[in-house]
Amino acid sequence: MAQTAAMLEAAGWGIDGYHVNACIYRLKSTRFPALAAKIFHEKDIPVQVAAGNYDLGVCGLDWIEELLAKYRSSALVKLKNLDYGQGALFTAVSATGGAANLAELAAGRNGVRIASEYPNLAESLAARLRLRCFSIFPLWGAAEAYPPDSAELVVLPRRTQEELLERGLRPISRLLDFKAYLIANSDSIKDKDLAEVVASIGGSLPPADEPPAAVEDRGGVARIVPGMPAEDLKLALPDGHQQRHVRGILDKAGIKISDYPSAEGNRRPEIGMEGVAVKVIRPQDMPLQVANGNFDLAITGRDWLAEHHHQFPQSPVTQLLDLKYGWVRVVAVVSQDVAADSAEGLADLYRGKCIRVASEYINIADHYARVNHLGDYRVIPTWGATEAFLPEDADLLIENTETGGTIARHNLKIIDKLFESTACLVANTASIAKAARNSRIKKITALLKKAVEA
Amino acid sequence: MSLEKCKGCRDLSPGEMARFRAIEDAFRETTAKWGYQEVRTPTLEYLNLFTAAGTLTPGMLNRVYSFLDWDGWSGQRVVLRPDGTIPIARMYIDSPPKEVAARYSYVVNTFIFEETGVKARERWQCAAELIGANTAAANVELITLSLEVLSGLGLNGVEVRLSHAGIIQALLAGLELSHGEQDRIFDQLLDGDPDVLEKLKPDKPELVKTLALVLDMKGKSSGFLKNIGAMVGDAARLDKPLADFIATIELLDELGVNYQINLASGRGFEYYTGMIYHLFSGETNVGGGGRYDALVPQMGGRETPAAGFALYMGRLMELIDTDKPADAGILIRHKPGAAGAAFVIAGQLRESGFTACFGAAGGGYAWTLDIAADKAGFVLTNVAGGKKTTCRTPTEVLVQLGGNIVAEDSPT
Repeated sequence: MAQTAAMLEAAGWGIDGYHVNACIYRLKSTRFPALAAKIFHEKDIPVQVAAGNYDLGVCGLDWIEELLAKYRSSALVKLKNLDYGQGALFTAVSATGGAANLAELAAGRNGVRIASEYPNLAESLAARLRLRCFSIFPLWGAAEAYPPDSAELVVLPRRTQEELLERGLRPISRLLDFKAYLIANSDSIKDKDLAEVVASIGGSLPPADEPPAAVEDRGGVARIVPGMPAEDLKLALPDGHQQRHVRGILDKAGIKISDYPSAEGNRRPEIGMEGVAVKVIRPQDMPLQVANGNFDLAITGRDWLAEHHHQFPQSPVTQLLDLKYGWVRVVAVVSQDVAADSAEGLADLYRGKCIRVASEYINIADHYARVNHLGDYRVIPTWGATEAFLPEDADLLIENTETGGTIARHNLKIIDKLFESTACLVANTASIAKAARNSRIKKITALLKKAVEA
Repeated sequence: MSLEKCKGCRDLSPGEMARFRAIEDAFRETTAKWGYQEVRTPTLEYLNLFTAAGTLTPGMLNRVYSFLDWDGWSGQRVVLRPDGTIPIARMYIDSPPKEVAARYSYVVNTFIFEETGVKARERWQCAAELIGANTAAANVELITLSLEVLSGLGLNGVEVRLSHAGIIQALLAGLELSHGEQDRIFDQLLDGDPDVLEKLKPDKPELVKTLALVLDMKGKSSGFLKNIGAMVGDAARLDKPLADFIATIELLDELGVNYQINLASGRGFEYYTGMIYHLFSGETNVGGGGRYDALVPQMGGRETPAAGFALYMGRLMELIDTDKPADAGILIRHKPGAAGAAFVIAGQLRESGFTACFGAAGGGYAWTLDIAADKAGFVLTNVAGGKKTTCRTPTEVLVQLGGNIVAEDSPT
């Protein structure tokens, strides 16, 4: 972001308020008064430009290729290589015992689990490798934590391969070398005069498709990360801002845990319980990871559990305990200017027109639109800052809110409350059915329950 | 609200459906006479069935309709059947028949994304598989059977274009490429990219030239194949597939089948290992097939040779003529209060083999039958002649129509 700001500064755009702590998403340029800019999560940008909501966009080549891997006919043109934001998408395995190379991985008779924030590129890799049996785990983050026990292969971005070695991963190929790119909607290029704006931005012509550089053999591994022992009860704890709450509950429950939260980004803290192993991953990813058996137990949000159950109604993930922190409401939100105060009113207002529903919770949003008969609706997946989508790029949001402050500040209003969510302890019902595992699950649940109710 | 249908999908109107059924009927009738048993596989399959090497090319895999099922939390994807043969091979392995040799016929749709949305994304095919035999006779059985189906549809003079995956592989092997590179070029040839050889910058430019020349040549006799063997001169690799191909050609000659050998026409699936053929009616490719001896073992079954063909229904529907004469049906009209009587006589007429309807069917009708309100009688009118006959009972109506009489009080 800082480099994009510097690039626009050099282009003389005269933009105010574009920085890391930006609390507004809409920007104006003093040099180009007719230009309206908006800040999005990087992953949303190619989607928004291809959809024609924006003429131009700046984002990494990795997210452009992720879109094109699945939707090759997207209306998107790469205009300029901006020569910053350099990195590579690596495929990596555990430094201890992973496949030596992609060919060895493909030759194996066992299933290959691929975890990645780039599921489309991962799927197209699996097709290219002719993997006989594979699963793709789409992730919100923390891919580096998955091998060897929760995935055989990860696809993840890093600046250098050393950063992977430090995490106990061995890169086996570079899938893509990327930099920041200026992109345009292909229809905008045909119909609009963007010449001055495009010319103001430096950079070079995008290079022809070059194969990515090879991974260099650097020999030793900086760190050995052993997997969780198969017979252990596997517990997933959240990363991010939830960590202090969870630590507080664990402390109250008398469960010792070291290096959580971890200053070094250690994702495998030691827990003071016999036969229990812990890994730290994104709470959004936990329900799926518990459902597929990678974990027996996890601490996540009820919102993400509901999202998971909307996608997989018969999933074996079940809630064991309400942890009573992280309270939010999941709500339906429209712009203040929309003359509707309920889902029914909205459906009437948009009869015969398409309603664009933006949400991080795509399955909850899809279900909400379906049961409320919103007719011709489209769900737009977002990766954060969803408030910025209204009113130009979406008509309805399914969002979480604590106080409603952000919603009011963006001139939006709540028209429906879907449910309330707090953090919760979830388990796989198959693990509960196993006596040896269930005794440990019961023990942890009882300790946490006492701590929460104390 | 948008009422468009999905891109690349089509509705079949009554007229188109009549042509569709005519193709199906001709196909089922002919294949049954040859001892093929009809089967059907599900529309949804696990994606993994199609991803291993030797099944679908990566180019095709990137265009399948795959998604997570409602219970897909393991990450295993399902797919709308992108190909007909692989599910049949799965079924054969899954529930093997008593006899090793099995003859299956099926009519199914397949789904492959097509970028423009102008061409079909959902395609129907009539297909047959002969599993468990790898003789020249088996190859010729499939070719002549498919020609017989087409001939039954009034398509005569269909040209058979022949190629051979084993020969292409043997020729490519002469280039001494890496295994992956050879597979890639084979896949591109099968995907219909004839320029792939020109893009190749090999160590052996003369050999590539010979190869391109051979792929470009067309012949109409087994002698042609023998000449190719002599030109390339790689006896060790070529002898076996050439002998296999020549045996098939000689049997076709004996039967007087009209064919052309064109190695570059070998467009098809990665699982093809031997003879490949395409059927052309004029310039339209209406079907094709090939031998896939490695597919069943590759998928985990026992060593079982197999071959099959498919006829492309979308293209055949454009070519066949089914302007059937208007159905000699009877339009039944009744006054208010006589609906019950109308239903009764309509039922009796249908039992006697007539088409009796309450509204004009697409095919028109030959008679009208008016029922009086007082149920006192019927007026039968011949539409063409205009001749009216008054009948007192249903039996009299049937007599007038000349049908097999079913008595009014018939227990049936």
